[in-house]
Amino acid sequence: MKKIIMTGTLAALLTFGGLSVPALAGPVDVVVESAWSRASIGMNRPGAAYMTIRNTGDEPVTLIGLSTPLAMMPEIHETKTNAEGVSSMSAAGEIAIAPGESVALEPGGLHAMLMRLQQPMTEGETFPLTLLFVDGGEVTVEVPILGIAARGPED
Amino acid sequence: MRRRTIAGYGAAGAGAIALTLFVGWWRVDGPGAPEPIGQRPMALTEMDFRLTDHEGNEVGPETLIGRPTMAFFGFTYCPDVCPTTLSDISGWLDDLGDEAKQLNVVFITVDPERDTVEAMAEYVSYFHPAIRGWTGPEGQIARIADGFRAAYERVPTEGGDYTMNHTASVFLFGAAGRFVTMIDYHEPREFAVPKIRRALEEETEGAT
Ligand SMILES: [Cu+2]
Repeated sequence: MKKIIMTGTLAALLTFGGLSVPALAGPVDVVVESAWSRASIGMNRPGAAYMTIRNTGDEPVTLIGLSTPLAMMPEIHETKTNAEGVSSMSAAGEIAIAPGESVALEPGGLHAMLMRLQQPMTEGETFPLTLLFVDGGEVTVEVPILGIAARGPED
Repeated sequence: MRRRTIAGYGAAGAGAIALTLFVGWWRVDGPGAPEPIGQRPMALTEMDFRLTDHEGNEVGPETLIGRPTMAFFGFTYCPDVCPTTLSDISGWLDDLGDEAKQLNVVFITVDPERDTVEAMAEYVSYFHPAIRGWTGPEGQIARIADGFRAAYERVPTEGGDYTMNHTASVFLFGAAGRFVTMIDYHEPREFAVPKIRRALEEETEGAT
């Protein structure tokens, strides 16, 4: 876990933990807000991260994937619960966000599924997560790692 | 609908149709129907299973009878629904305060292959201390799930791993073991806590 060293930027991001984190990169006008994740037990179990992705530009954007040094197989997933109360999870595919709109990744719905962890997710640390868009644009956000029993970005 | 159909036939025909309809009803909706998933859970007193809690104690339905029970199925490799539900449960227990001390609270794995007693012990330690983690042989997990009318299914994922689809509702039973109600996933806390109180207030007498 020594790989993620707290730089000045990371410290600043941690300080603003639950607040809006402008994450502008390349041509994508996207702001990621309230990013958070839960600590993992070891590296065998997949992790999940949550956030709100807001399109602040004038053009629609389409989220097509994720990348992070933390996990070999990061993927946008969606949990669905059917009429019988049975929950299941599957890849959400591409996610289009209209100008001015936002998409919430939150417990029980969309989430950034972090499969094949490369290191444990330790409470109090952060990890970089890059959102990949269809036009080649990328947005990287530092995601704070909260406790295993966290319920939201403020926990 | 059925009456109108019958009216067009003679008495014998009507009788035959009535019998056919009765047999149909018996099989589809009546007592002869197979019990579909989503039906009312059995009373704990009617269940039969042997499992092991996260401290290595042997447990069964009798472990729960005598106190109200809140139970939930899941697995510790579940990144989204299970930690969310267990933290919701922890929050409800905090809201209930001292009242929560009367409750059995049980998290039952549907993935005993990975969720050993040790794995359950570590996992539940991160949530409210009242939560017990139960695991056991596959056949016994199937029996308890059947008693609860809970469903689960192993689903392979990319790269040779697997995940589990499972009933995500929280089940509530009275002290005598009678099923009271369930809290569906996504149900707001203002509904959940009163439901738990209903289970707490359920009569100890008159279980079936
Ligand atoms: Cu997932």
